[in-house]
Amino acid sequence: MSDRARESAEGPQDVRVRLPYHLRILARIDGEVAVRVEGPVTPNSVLDALEERWPELQGTIRDHSSKRRRAYLRYFACEEDLSHDSPDDALPERVSKGEEPFMVVGAMAGG
Amino acid sequence: MSAVRLLVGTRKGAFVLTSDSERKNWEIDGPHFAGWEVYHLTGSPADPDRLYAAPSMDWFGQVVQRSDDGGRTWDAMDNRFEYTGEPGTHLWYDGTPRPWEFTRVWHLEPSATDPDTVYAGVQDAALFRTTDGARSWEELDGLRTHTTAPGWQPGAGGLCLHSILLDPRGNGRMFVGISAAGVFRSDDEGRTWTAANRGLLTDGIPDPDAEAGHCVHRLAMHPSRPDVLFMQKHWDVMRSDDAAENWTEISGNLPSDFGFPIAVHADDPDTLYVVPITSDSLHYPPDGRLRVYRSRSGGQEWEPLTEGLPQENCYVNVLRDAMAVDSLDGVYFGTTGGQVHVSSDSGDTWTTAADTLPSVLSVEVQTLQ
Repeated sequence: MSDRARESAEGPQDVRVRLPYHLRILARIDGEVAVRVEGPVTPNSVLDALEERWPELQGTIRDHSSKRRRAYLRYFACEEDLSHDSPDDALPERVSKGEEPFMVVGAMAGG
Repeated sequence: MSAVRLLVGTRKGAFVLTSDSERKNWEIDGPHFAGWEVYHLTGSPADPDRLYAAPSMDWFGQVVQRSDDGGRTWDAMDNRFEYTGEPGTHLWYDGTPRPWEFTRVWHLEPSATDPDTVYAGVQDAALFRTTDGARSWEELDGLRTHTTAPGWQPGAGGLCLHSILLDPRGNGRMFVGISAAGVFRSDDEGRTWTAANRGLLTDGIPDPDAEAGHCVHRLAMHPSRPDVLFMQKHWDVMRSDDAAENWTEISGNLPSDFGFPIAVHADDPDTLYVVPITSDSLHYPPDGRLRVYRSRSGGQEWEPLTEGLPQENCYVNVLRDAMAVDSLDGVYFGTTGGQVHVSSDSGDTWTTAADTLPSVLSVEVQTLQ
C-alpha cells in the first residue's frame, strides 16, 4: 500500500461513481451511484465494492483475473486522468469524502 | 397455427422479429443490448423460451445474457471465459507466435435436449461449455491443446471458432470449424479432437493440403443424416459423406465458390443453400445482384434464386451465421446492409422482413406452436 493510500484509510466511506451509458444499462443503474468502501479509497477498492454490489459489471471494467483496466476505459476524478496511476493508489481526498465522483469513462472512439 | 420468431444479432444490438406462419407481416422488437455487437443469439431446442445472447464491445468486453421468456426480459450471466492452464501461443498474421487471448464469443450452440447446456465457440479459438444455464463456463481444452494449435493463424475476422455441430444421435460426437485452422472432430463429448481436413485445398498456406490451416467459413449438417457434412470454405463449397474423414468439392456451376453461410433445408437433406460472394477481395455479390443459390442434389448442380431479392446495385455481404432454415419451408438471411430476407417457399420467392436494421451478424429461427 502506498503512503497516499495508507493516509486515506479512515473506515467506511461512501464514494460516488459515474459509469458509462452501456454499463449503467447493463447493471440497471440510473445515474450516479454510491458505494461504501472499507479501508483505503483506491480505484481497485472502489471497483471491488461496485462489482460486489453489481456482479454483472465483473469483467467489463477490469479483467476478471488480473484486474487490469480494459484498454478502452479510463479513470478520471477531480479533472485528472488517473488511468496510469497504480490502481492501488489513494484517490483524491475529495473523492473519498464524496465531494467528487470517481468516473469510469469510455474512450472516444467508435461508430 | 405456428408462429415464427427470428433472432437477429447485429452490430448495434439484437432484434426479435415475429410473424405468423404466413410470414408476410413482421413485428420487430428491439434493439436489445442497444449499442453492443451481438455476434450471436439463439434459442434452446429443448425450451424455445430459453434464449442465450452474446453481446460484446471493444470497450467493455464480453457479456452473456439469458432470457427465460422468449426475449422479453434478459439477465446478465457469467462472462468468465478463461483458458485452462497456460494458454500457450498460436501464430499471428505475420507468422510470429502470439499468446492466446480471449476476445469474444462468436457462436452459441445449445444442446438439443438440455436447456442448461450450451457450447460457446470463441476467439481466440476455443470451445467452452456451460451445464448450468450460463451461470459458469468451462473450457474443453483438448481442442486448444491439439498438436496443430501452435500453428493456427487467424482469418481476417480473427482466430475464431464459429461453427459447432452436435451429432443428434447422442454418441458424443461433435464437429467445430475454426477460421483459419479447419475442421476438428471429437467422438468423446469434446475431450479429445482429431483434425478432419482431408480433401481441403487452400492456396496461401505453404502446404495446400496440410492437416490444419484451412479457412473454413461455415459447417452445416442435417440432423437426419449426421455423417453428411457441408462446408463453405474461404474458396470452395465442400461435402463429406463420412463424418469429415474426407471432403470433396461440390462447387459445380456456382458463379463464385467464395462465400460465408451454408445451410441445409430443414426437411430435405439434399437441398442446400449458399450465397456466392465475388471474391476474397470483393465481399459483395457478383455483378451487384444478390442471389441465393440452391442445390437440390446435395451439391454440384446449383440454381439461382432471385425473385424478390435486389438484382442491381447490391453490394452487401451475408455473414457466416446469418442464414437459418425451418420446417415451414423457411429460409431466412440477414445482410451487412441491415436487411432481413425471408422465403416461405424454400427459396423460390423472397420478401423483406426488415430493411434498415444495423449490419446483421447472425440470424436464427424458431417455430412456435
